Amino acid sequence: MFVVAICGLVYELLAGTLGSYLLGDSVTQFSLVIGLYLSAMGVGAWLSRKLDGNLARRFLEIELAVAVVGGLSAPVLFLSFGTVVHFQVVLLGFVAAIGVLVGLELPILMRLLEGQVAFKDLISRVLTFDYIGALAASLMFPLVLVPKLGLVRSSLAMGCLNAGVALWGTWLLKDQVGKSVIGVRIRALIVLIALAVGVGMADYFTTWAEDEMYADPVVFTETTPYQRIVVTRGRAGFQLFLNGNLQFSSADEYRYHEALVHPALEAAEVPAKKILILGGGDGLALREVLTHRDTESVTLVDLDPAMTNLSKRFPALAELNHHSFSDPRVTVINDDAMVWLDEHPGQYDAVIVDFPDPNTFALGKLYTRLFYKRVAAHVTPAGAVVVQATSPLFARKSYWCIIETIRAAGLFVHPYQVTVPAFGVWGYALARRREFQPPVHVPKLPLRFLNDEALVAMFDFPVDMKPLPVEINQLDNQALVRYYEREWRKWE
Amino acid sequence: MTTRREFVAMLLGAPIAYAACRRADRSPPPGALLEPGMARAHAVIRDAKPPVPTTWRSVDVAIVGGGVAGLAAAWELKRRGVHDVTVFELDDVSGGTARGGESAVTPYPWGAHYIVAPQVEQVELASLLDEMGAIEGHAGDGTPIVDEALRCREPEERVWTLGRWWEGLYLEAGSNADDRKQLAAFRREIDRWSAWRDGQGRRAFAIPRSRASDDPDVVALDRISFATWLDQRKLTSPRLRWLCDYACRDDYALTAAETSAWAGVFYFAARQRGPGLASQTVITWPNGNGALVAQLARSATVEKGLAIVEIADDGTLIGVGPSGAIGIHARQVIVATPSFVANRIVASRRGTSLGTADYGAWVVANVHLRDRPEERGHGAPPAWDNVFRDSPSLGYVCATHQRGRDRGPTVWTWYYPFSDADPAAVRKRLAGAGHAEWAETIVTDLERAHPDARAKIDHIDVAFWGHGMIRPRVGAPCGPERLARIAPHGVVHFAHTDLSGIALFEEAFDHGLRAAREVST
Repeated sequence: MFVVAICGLVYELLAGTLGSYLLGDSVTQFSLVIGLYLSAMGVGAWLSRKLDGNLARRFLEIELAVAVVGGLSAPVLFLSFGTVVHFQVVLLGFVAAIGVLVGLELPILMRLLEGQVAFKDLISRVLTFDYIGALAASLMFPLVLVPKLGLVRSSLAMGCLNAGVALWGTWLLKDQVGKSVIGVRIRALIVLIALAVGVGMADYFTTWAEDEMYADPVVFTETTPYQRIVVTRGRAGFQLFLNGNLQFSSADEYRYHEALVHPALEAAEVPAKKILILGGGDGLALREVLTHRDTESVTLVDLDPAMTNLSKRFPALAELNHHSFSDPRVTVINDDAMVWLDEHPGQYDAVIVDFPDPNTFALGKLYTRLFYKRVAAHVTPAGAVVVQATSPLFARKSYWCIIETIRAAGLFVHPYQVTVPAFGVWGYALARRREFQPPVHVPKLPLRFLNDEALVAMFDFPVDMKPLPVEINQLDNQALVRYYEREWRKWE
Repeated sequence: MTTRREFVAMLLGAPIAYAACRRADRSPPPGALLEPGMARAHAVIRDAKPPVPTTWRSVDVAIVGGGVAGLAAAWELKRRGVHDVTVFELDDVSGGTARGGESAVTPYPWGAHYIVAPQVEQVELASLLDEMGAIEGHAGDGTPIVDEALRCREPEERVWTLGRWWEGLYLEAGSNADDRKQLAAFRREIDRWSAWRDGQGRRAFAIPRSRASDDPDVVALDRISFATWLDQRKLTSPRLRWLCDYACRDDYALTAAETSAWAGVFYFAARQRGPGLASQTVITWPNGNGALVAQLARSATVEKGLAIVEIADDGTLIGVGPSGAIGIHARQVIVATPSFVANRIVASRRGTSLGTADYGAWVVANVHLRDRPEERGHGAPPAWDNVFRDSPSLGYVCATHQRGRDRGPTVWTWYYPFSDADPAAVRKRLAGAGHAEWAETIVTDLERAHPDARAKIDHIDVAFWGHGMIRPRVGAPCGPERLARIAPHGVVHFAHTDLSGIALFEEAFDHGLRAAREVST
């Protein structure tokens, strides 16, 4: 009884959590889920009178149905999120189905026990277990299940519990079920094994290592041909990881992206109308670019269509990037930036280069002198380029290697840095084809981080981040990838 | 007629063939089996007597053979103001074993696929690259700096063994102190040779070898095999020996035991500018040396599909084409064919012993992939050159690596040298084998590291190079015959990489330049 109650509430919590993680707006999602779940339980209770005959067997079958539907709810919802258009409908469908099944449970259980126990004891006992079970579930869910198992494994594990109850029941209620008990037992065993296998297969969504690795619960994963995308959600907001490397935390990304975009747009001598973003598939740099009234067109080149689609469709992300991928000024191209630049001549007033850090040769090529030469050919003489350039504090040689490589490509560079709590001290390179002074004024926009003082301060480098002698990074000799590997190893 | 499985076993060894064939129903990918120039050449050679030409024409300089040497000669003659030059090529495609192909996805090589960056003294090669826009500047000493986009992109090489990919060709992982000591000793030997200079300041080993020393100390290496040379230095570490063996198979289609120690040391020392320095930069194009061939051919008049079957020392040529036999009067002739062909078509060389050099047979296959096979585990990432340590093949080169396109459709060029037999024996052994046998062999080889390769392959085109390149067996590259083969016969001059005893673009190019100089002065 207790277990049944726990499972029932956990499914509800799972649905509510998934809804609010994936669709955003947790108040609406929880409200909808709770309301629908309770009313569906009512429907179940009402339907229970239509069930007659072998009640013990019916009860076990309902348990099994809850095990299957509830146990599979989170994995199926995760899977369908990436593929189904009306995700909300699928989510609420699950909630309703589980609600109806759970609603059937109590009345049938009470009818089963009718006659064996006095009515007042029956009511008291059943409801006590049910309500106290709810407390256990509400404590277990945030404290144990989500942090230790993750959402998918929690869902499957609860399904196993339900199936276990059913299996146990085939002994407990052996006499009431009668001859068909063996059949039910076999079915229960099959469901239990299937769900247990599912727990093992949950690696498909998130590996144990991943659940361990991320401080916050993993709410979305996708393995694309290019990378592993993971979104986690915690108290401070959500985080995006690519191949295990943090790309941003919604709590402080505004610092990173304001510092990335606005100095470049201000450094351009003419109002920047035509903008090129290389990388930046999260749409956050795009959001900043679109706040400028001068921006007439933005071309964003990101390798991974799954990433740009996620940024457009994943509600929490789309909200954070102000639905910038739906802006008519934006053209998205999914291609390798190195190859795209070579094949598509054209000039832009500002080029924003926002790639993951150079921790592989495949990424390192996007930090080579050859690459920056191609970037330089795509910026107007009056325009400006900015490059995210890893941490000048944690990876000092790597940072200065990027700066010197951009210089070797024939651009004039002003290095600058900013503090982003989720990352630490972070570095950028502001570059132009002509000699120039870094900007001293921020644009007249409602900025959360940058003002004139902060802008000017970014171009100062304290002693422990000053330049070091470095090799430049070239296609056939990627010094940067080696620097980066050596420097970050110290901090891991 | 052997079965497909026996064919795979013959080429890759029985264990892998039988392990692979046990798996479920497998049909090899489709494609074409090509023998570049072969049928036409053999047909012409079988005609004992040259036909009588019905028409005659004349040309200032006739170049026979449209491979690298012939095209380089034509290119150099043009630079020297000699314009009435025609290159006669038997095949429908010029470039010889340096030719490239192209699909909707990418250009790809059909043979030779890289050169090393030119040194300051390789003025002509630098000029050729400059014409192609491939030189981006010059170092302080005048050494040309090749465009970064052409310098082989890191990672250059990886090797598959023990179930994963490892970075580089030398397997560092699992090496013991003795292995490392021997590697260091080997490097010292190479360093010694790269620092060596003769009385005239010439290097022991240089590319092209016409710039290198002919000092007896260097030539003495040609008397023993590379394996013996290693044995004498107690360099027996299996890792090191594998590397040396691979180098010989890769460049010479021979094992280290068959390769002249001169050629073995050449492979390592000629590419190293000085002691302790890294090997010279490798430069490459998606279509391999096909890019160089295309540039050379740009300014040349090439007549394809015409087989020159008779060359007299006075410059009279007889050719056989689709419209019958024609006669050509040339003031000067450059025979830019392999020496064994020159010995059949140059009247005054017939019956001499100048063409007994040994040529290795090769299979080069272009594997057209719809998508990349999955990369398993945490091994080294995909490289330009991907080698299977335990395979008699040389592995594959990825045509889109240099462009930086790391995902999606691509072409892999797979190489297989017949390092153990002469072309006639190889041909006999392969009798009856068709495209399906080859395709099965190639897929089986790729499946060592890419179990899902078969599903990703669209088609495989296979080329059999019967006389792929000259092989520097012990005593061959420094033997007396080599110089005799270079000497002109009347107005007939000779140019081919085999005149260097080894097959390299730079050697073929150098002989083309030399022949052009002989003709124009």
